[in-house]
Amino acid sequence: MKIHEFQAKEVLRGFGARVPQGEVISDPAKAAEICGDFGGRCVVKAQIHAGGRGKGGGVRVASDPDEAERLAGEILGMQLVTHQTGPEGQQVRKVLIEEALEIEQELYLGVTLDRAAERPVLMASRSGGMDIEEVARTDPDAILRELIDPQLGVLPFQCRRVASGLGYSGGTARQIQAAVASVVAAYLATDASLVEINPLMVDRVGDVYTLDAKMNFDDNAMFRRREIAELRDVHEENPLEVEASKHGISYIKLDGNIGCMVNGAGLAMATMDIIKLYGAEPANFLDVGGSASQEAVESAFRIILSDASVKAVLINIFGGIARTDRIARGVVAAIEELAAADTPVEVPVVVRLEGTNVEEGREVLERADFDFIVAGGMADAAEQAVAALLTRTFGA
Amino acid sequence: MSILVDRDTRLIVQGITGREGLFHAMGCRDYGTQVVGGVTPGKGGGTVEGFPVWDSVEQARRETGCNATLIFVPPPFAADAMMEAADAGVELIVCITEGIPVGDMVKVKTFLASRNSRLLGPNCPGLITPGEAKVGIMPGHIHAPGNVGVISRSGTLTYEAVWQLTNEGLGQTTCVGIGGDPIGGTSFIDVLSLFAEDEKTEAIVLIGEIGGAAEEEAAAWIRRRLDIPVVGFIAGATAPPGRRMGHAGAIVAGGKGTAAEKKKALEAAGVLVVDSPAEMGARVAAALAS
Repeated sequence: MKIHEFQAKEVLRGFGARVPQGEVISDPAKAAEICGDFGGRCVVKAQIHAGGRGKGGGVRVASDPDEAERLAGEILGMQLVTHQTGPEGQQVRKVLIEEALEIEQELYLGVTLDRAAERPVLMASRSGGMDIEEVARTDPDAILRELIDPQLGVLPFQCRRVASGLGYSGGTARQIQAAVASVVAAYLATDASLVEINPLMVDRVGDVYTLDAKMNFDDNAMFRRREIAELRDVHEENPLEVEASKHGISYIKLDGNIGCMVNGAGLAMATMDIIKLYGAEPANFLDVGGSASQEAVESAFRIILSDASVKAVLINIFGGIARTDRIARGVVAAIEELAAADTPVEVPVVVRLEGTNVEEGREVLERADFDFIVAGGMADAAEQAVAALLTRTFGA
Repeated sequence: MSILVDRDTRLIVQGITGREGLFHAMGCRDYGTQVVGGVTPGKGGGTVEGFPVWDSVEQARRETGCNATLIFVPPPFAADAMMEAADAGVELIVCITEGIPVGDMVKVKTFLASRNSRLLGPNCPGLITPGEAKVGIMPGHIHAPGNVGVISRSGTLTYEAVWQLTNEGLGQTTCVGIGGDPIGGTSFIDVLSLFAEDEKTEAIVLIGEIGGAAEEEAAAWIRRRLDIPVVGFIAGATAPPGRRMGHAGAIVAGGKGTAAEKKKALEAAGVLVVDSPAEMGARVAAALAS
């Protein structure tokens, strides 16, 4: 789960981070007064979950209150396009009005999981304001790393090592140490999967501020982080993916034309891969769950078919514990249910079932009123789905 | 021969009074596994479907001499269940539970470092030695005893591979699902080294997926230490970067963990990597025939 910059700053402030004064608004008329309170200059920052907001025109500096109001008016409601939003962009519903500070140096601080070390790692660099992945690629030595003991948290000597490694001493170093301690404490206490302060800013008098902040969280831990879970903003998520998750279905929309319905994440990925191998593009990743019940199949159909670019559907189910004939009956019932609800399935459906009672399963499909294309193995299924797609697109 | 589980495995099920736990306890017993009982805190003393139930793993271990446990405890309590089993000295801990917080697994791994138990999973289908013991949720009937070892981060994709092998007339020594989470107990290398020592295993199928660097680490190990054929497949070549593909660990982050990188590393180590998941079984057959 992701949250907005202003929310991340609020969370970090609670752990002792020094954050610029700011207020979040959705009515541009309020910008002028807030800007006035901050001394007449301010930064207007679009609040969307995607990164790269500055380059897309979503972060602008206002040199007086009138300009603040004008900029807020321009940014609010715009479809902000960044490298992370896709070409359609993301609508801006809130802006953060923040005091404008004089930047002397931009640093980077981040905490995430080091999968190889199996514990959190703190990363710091003098290349603040840049994409850390770019720094890692071009100049990996420029990144300081400290592994964090999950029981002890970050230790004072590690904070000192980071501050001096970044080239600071005295009061500024102490403020950096405090920033390091706060970012690690926040990571551990909120079940975050990523905390980034980028940049961590040093101003002309040597004071240190959290100028931009990003926090992602472990979805699996949100049951015990109610205060964090409440920060979720579903407007920022794909509505189909939100709908799918309500039904226990894992769905990710992609750009192709063949909708996929598969049980199990690994097999779902493999099914996407084999569609590509046969010359088409998958329209989605979809894990319908291990048992592939009738209810799940029905919901999955609705979700897949609400993507208008889907021209054919490939169902690939490996009946494990659940018998294949039962799964086949579920698929048929789901199709009938959709037809009865006046939302019939009108694209070709290729079905590949494997596992216990596979013969009976195929018979159920053959006997159904719906014209299923029944496939043998995975390769046959992909081939038939691609052929159905071509027929559908270009005619027989 | 086989690895990790066999006829002598004495299994308990943690969470045996739950729907999933009981269903699969019976499934394992039906397959022929010695399921000697189960644990559900607060429900000890009675029996369920003929399985004696204990309040703690320690009690169950004392009473039954169990040497393996299969965990179906819900995510909030699964970490505790794993650590309890390790503290009781159970040699093999298999955790099926999906959705355990990563922060909990960091703590579990720290705890296990000072214990002698081996953890498999979490978020895995378990493992099976065909014809001897099933310790997991996989459909037993698709397997056959034989000479191919299978290691995988996935569930149903593993069944797919096994089914292809069985249809090729190739049985399996042991099939091990190591799980799809970012942090797991047993790695590819751990299982590969067990297969390397197993005289009966003549070929290995390794099924990886995007995310992390476990396949790259496995590749380096295979290059140095393994001289039997390994057939590989990496799922997720078409997955978009930055998105978690169902499994918590299946994500390409910062340009790292791509299928292309993993495939390249495995091929450099001599692994026969197939592009099509439909060709895993046939590739093993061809490798063993040559």
